[in-house]
Amino acid sequence: MNSSHLLIKARNLTKKFGNLTAVDHVDFEVFKNECVGFLGPNGAGKTTTVRMVYCFLPLTEGELSVANMNVSNQQRNIKKMIGVAPQEDNLDPDFTVLKNLLVYARYFDISKAEASARAKQLLSFFQLEEKQDVLITHLSTGMKRRLILARALINEPQLLLLDEPTAGLDPQNRHIVWDKIRSLKKRGVTIILTTHYMEEATALCDRTFIMDRGRIIENGPPAELIRKHVGEDVLEVNNNEKVIKLLTKEFSDADFEVFGERIHVFTKKPHGVFELFLKKFPRNNVSIRNANLEDVFLKLTGRRLRD
Amino acid sequence: MRTTDDSPVGFSFPKLTYRVWKVWRRNFDVFLKTIRVNFLPSLLEPILYLVALGLGLGGFIPPIDGMSYIQFIAPSLVSISMMYGSFFECTYGSFVRMYFQKTFDAIIATPVSVEEVIAGELLWGATRATINSSTALVVVAAFGLVSTPFFIFVPLLAFLGGLMFASIAMCFTAIAPNIDFFNYPSFLFLTPMFLLSGTFFPLSALPPAVQTFALLFLPLTHLVSVARGLIIGVFTTSLYLSVAWIAVVTFVFFIISLNLMKKRLIK
Ligand SMILES: Nc1ncnc2c1ncn2[C@@H]1O[C@H](COP(=O)(O)OP(=O)(O)OP(=O)(O)O)[C@@H](O)[C@H]1O
Ligand SMILES: [Mg+2]
Repeated sequence: MNSSHLLIKARNLTKKFGNLTAVDHVDFEVFKNECVGFLGPNGAGKTTTVRMVYCFLPLTEGELSVANMNVSNQQRNIKKMIGVAPQEDNLDPDFTVLKNLLVYARYFDISKAEASARAKQLLSFFQLEEKQDVLITHLSTGMKRRLILARALINEPQLLLLDEPTAGLDPQNRHIVWDKIRSLKKRGVTIILTTHYMEEATALCDRTFIMDRGRIIENGPPAELIRKHVGEDVLEVNNNEKVIKLLTKEFSDADFEVFGERIHVFTKKPHGVFELFLKKFPRNNVSIRNANLEDVFLKLTGRRLRD
Repeated sequence: MRTTDDSPVGFSFPKLTYRVWKVWRRNFDVFLKTIRVNFLPSLLEPILYLVALGLGLGGFIPPIDGMSYIQFIAPSLVSISMMYGSFFECTYGSFVRMYFQKTFDAIIATPVSVEEVIAGELLWGATRATINSSTALVVVAAFGLVSTPFFIFVPLLAFLGGLMFASIAMCFTAIAPNIDFFNYPSFLFLTPMFLLSGTFFPLSALPPAVQTFALLFLPLTHLVSVARGLIIGVFTTSLYLSVAWIAVVTFVFFIISLNLMKKRLIK
């Protein structure tokens, strides 16, 4: 893609909080109409990165531009074109659902009539019409999340920042949200999302950035990352020495990951090798599954807890 | 030279636009929704004081500078409502919006800047002072205690005085680690002021050192003195000097509070 498609450009982007380096000299680009995902363990620096994009946090070092505007001196124009759904709930508890949207629209200089029209549309888009006169405190988690998304769209943003948009949602709500994100992307909105659900990143993102300890340690389309780091299939089998011996003999090139009672076997060999293996050595408690982004994630970021 | 929308991170003179009023408007909308609970205290309080202190206690007190006791305390009550109205709005009220509700965070993600959010809060604090003290003024008038036409300037004084107390309050909010912290300024700052600012007895009854202290450092002293002039027609300090004192202190604390809050909110 060429530079006219470039929407966000970060060079040496760094954020320190005192001694702690939350984002550590990262470079990345986001192109127009892309959906990119930031993945990473708790405390990796995802939220901090997103917050610098919408000018909420000043940079400590480096450069960051959005639509060719510098985040350090064109905050207003940048914030006008961005919609933000923050990680924590900051809906206005003093107002009803509808009023939350109307008051928020006012901050963007949207006229009253236009705000009403947009709010009505958004409430129906997110299936919240029936709740429009309800106070925020009476909403379920799923409704609050949907309202936060609706609020993020009130200014018809070109760039949407979704910080863990489906955290804590039930499968129904999650699928509604995914569906809406896809339809926004179809309309040409550029989307950055952070998530801990690898399935979500695989389903929605054109590219993902995997962060760890403030650095971007890998990036690319989910399918490509899976192929590159874990191959096609994964064999999961109960951990015992006999099995390990057998496996090492059979798959000399494979990566073994032992955790607890189970061994995960990754191989770059083509699809179907594990089936052949099982035909030769039938065993109990074995499963073969497609490799997924979670395998990549765990492989790259390790299994230790971060905070 | 670079142009910046927001002012630099260090100490600076705030850059404010009309967006300040959008923040003010948010608070006004909430106020309208809860107007009944908001109104009652500012209506009842002056009535209670006028009856208990003015009519009750006042019967035992000789006139002060030609004013009956109830006349003497009436402007004090109006001034005290300015002080409490704005101070509590910009301590407890602002802290709840900033810390618990994350309302400021939500607004800062829009084209409104941090400084405009705080300035909007301060103007709202001043507005609360104006509303509360106007209610108190109506009560005072109903007791027949307004004796000059200059009382029409009281709301103006309330807005200025309210802005002063709002700005001072916001400095405490900027450094408050938790909401209980506000007990300190309430007991160490407001209560002494409530008692020692020429409110319930003339300043001249105090030792000279305390008088000087009150005139130099207690904002309510000047507010009460001007209010007394505007409502009763008796001036105890120079009107111009007191207004100038209030204006300067307001300006200084307005700038300081914006900078302190910016420091707290922009990490
Ligand atoms: N305002 C702040 N002050 C001090 N430290 C902070 C602040 N915000 C974030 N941090 C620290 O910076 C690091 C990165 O935090 P960040 O919130 O960006 O992580 P994250 O990837 O979004 O994590 P999570 O998945 O838990 O949301 C963490 O160690 C966090 O404690
Ligand atoms: Mg986060």
